[in-house]
Amino acid sequence: MDSSEFLHPFTRLLEDLAGSADIRRIEAGGSLAELWDSFEASGFLDALTPEVAGGAGLGLSDVEPLWQALGRYVVPAPVGETMIARALLAQAGLEAPRGPIVLAAAKDLRTGPIPLALVADWALVETGERLVLGRLREASVGGTGVHNSLAATLAWPAEPQGLSTTAPSGGLRPLGAILRAAAIAGAADRLLEMTVAYANDRVQFAKPIGRQQAVQQQLAVMAEQVVCARIAAQLGCACGFPPQLAAAAVAKQIASSAAVQVANIAHGVHGAIGVSEEHDLQLFTRRLHEWRLTDGSEAYWAERLGALRLDSPAASSVEFIRAIA
Amino acid sequence: MFDTLTLSHLPPEDEALRAPVRTLIARTLAGLPNDKRARSWQGFDADFSRQLGAAGYLGLTLPQRYGGAARGPFARFVVVEELLSAGAPVAAHWIADRQSAPLILNYGTEAQREFYLPRVCRGETFFCIGMSEPGSGSDLASVRTRAERTSQGWRLNGQKIWTTNAMQSDYMIALVRTSGEPKDRHAGLSQLIVDLRSPGVTIRPIVDLTGDAHFAEVFFDNVELADDALIGQEGAGWTQVMAELAFERSGPERIYSSVVLLDAWLRHVASLGRRGDAARLAGQLTGQLAALRALSVAVTARLDAGESPILEASVVKDLGTTFEQSVPVLIGDDLGAHPDEPVDSELYRTLLYVSHIAPSFSLRGGTREILRGIIARGLGLR
Repeated sequence: MDSSEFLHPFTRLLEDLAGSADIRRIEAGGSLAELWDSFEASGFLDALTPEVAGGAGLGLSDVEPLWQALGRYVVPAPVGETMIARALLAQAGLEAPRGPIVLAAAKDLRTGPIPLALVADWALVETGERLVLGRLREASVGGTGVHNSLAATLAWPAEPQGLSTTAPSGGLRPLGAILRAAAIAGAADRLLEMTVAYANDRVQFAKPIGRQQAVQQQLAVMAEQVVCARIAAQLGCACGFPPQLAAAAVAKQIASSAAVQVANIAHGVHGAIGVSEEHDLQLFTRRLHEWRLTDGSEAYWAERLGALRLDSPAASSVEFIRAIA
Repeated sequence: MFDTLTLSHLPPEDEALRAPVRTLIARTLAGLPNDKRARSWQGFDADFSRQLGAAGYLGLTLPQRYGGAARGPFARFVVVEELLSAGAPVAAHWIADRQSAPLILNYGTEAQREFYLPRVCRGETFFCIGMSEPGSGSDLASVRTRAERTSQGWRLNGQKIWTTNAMQSDYMIALVRTSGEPKDRHAGLSQLIVDLRSPGVTIRPIVDLTGDAHFAEVFFDNVELADDALIGQEGAGWTQVMAELAFERSGPERIYSSVVLLDAWLRHVASLGRRGDAARLAGQLTGQLAALRALSVAVTARLDAGESPILEASVVKDLGTTFEQSVPVLIGDDLGAHPDEPVDSELYRTLLYVSHIAPSFSLRGGTREILRGIIARGLGLR
């Protein structure tokens, strides 16, 4: 299946729904309802759901460009998470209810900060070997106190009641990791475009700052990191659903490491205006930092990948990495 | 931006080359210590190159009528990846196979192709590349070595330096000025094939900081060359060199220069059963290498599509050499952080060899700063 036939209408949808004014309104506590209804009507929430269950039955590699687009537009709704949750439930013959779902890899029924939890209705909670779809209004939802963040920690006094199925091998975290990796790649690409445009436009010392070699070298490094994040996200989504652990580990490790470098160079080139709330840059760079920390940072995945490597019978690094994806 | 680099896969018929080439390497190089293997594509062994030629692994992308295998860039990727992974001494044929043969195929006359290409495929004829001069490093267009027309061909005067393997090579493909002055920049440059046994050629090896002499100074004192020494078009040398550099910069040798050290260290920590910080570092380096390999395969896919991916190759070379240079730093820090742990002398020599030679990784084939300038131009800056 050619994923570009989905990407174009999806991107148009995001352009309509997720402009910077929409993001700012929802971050300020505005309702997600209208935006979410449009996603429900679009059918994209069932992109990964098997066709027999009424979904589009797309593979991860087809959906990966859509996840990049979600990052590119910093969509303030858990669209990718809901795609994953619906597919996991459908695999067990369960139909997910309407409403935004976040993914909650929980330990003792408590989670760290989960992006977009403040605007979600449901959480697919990983409790040991099981996944349970719990209502967020039955959970204790703790805002992070971070300015304009829609992330929240979640806790349940007792195991939530609801639709339930077996957790996929490796749990929810590898799935969250490849989703974040793709979102990082999309947002990073958008930031590169914004930063190159700014460097060509902003004049200092009587010429655009983009003509300064020092700035050019920084932008080249930024472009390299964007390319790394993108290939890593593709690698993470190249195999089946759920992904191979090693592929997810590469994807999130590389994307998380790129996220920090891209955010820093974007701000460095933009100067003071980039740290103002009024400028759109912060909508993207704040997300990069959030996604980097979610579902395992670069060190978390490096350690997991390293354990796989050191336990592997592969005779060489080449042999080991060839088997990833 | 740069979305031409997308995940690509090696075709199964090319993957099929992997097992036999691995067998040949294992048979031929058994017992070669890691500090020798760490020479990677700077390790010179003419005999090994001839064995590869006899087995059909050289000139993989060349047409069969010139002794090649008529395969694509993916086949070459597979063979080269196995050679580099094992630290095979490939320097003798490396430049001929990678750059000179494609250059001769693309720009040479039929007579030049028929003469040189079968010899390259057999691993008999070795080439070096004459680019740098004492006054021309990154500013390559300023070369001053000059060839003048004579009644029989060309008379060459000047000097090249930092020429890899000049003393063991049969021919040099030299970028020289055939008209105009250095201030004319790209105009008036041509490429000549110089028989290094010609009278008037003097080659002086230069010993490097590891004790090897892989590069040399080459002097030309009224060297008389035949008319057919010219390769391609007179005055088109700059364009030809840029196409050649796309080959030079795009291969997997730009990510695997430290892989012998990495694998030796992994065996070391695995044998000690060390985890924790070692697992984290192992995963960091393995993850980066996996992403770089995916990018290197993606560049190969551009070559396979018939493109000259100068920009994409610059991105991957800069990322790849940055990784290669980080490997000895991080492994050195890890070993030094466990001072009471026994480290065998072969691993220690391998580490220090790579540590000392690593600065050259981001110099050879275009410096980091030059590559980043190319990338910036590709972004629409300047």
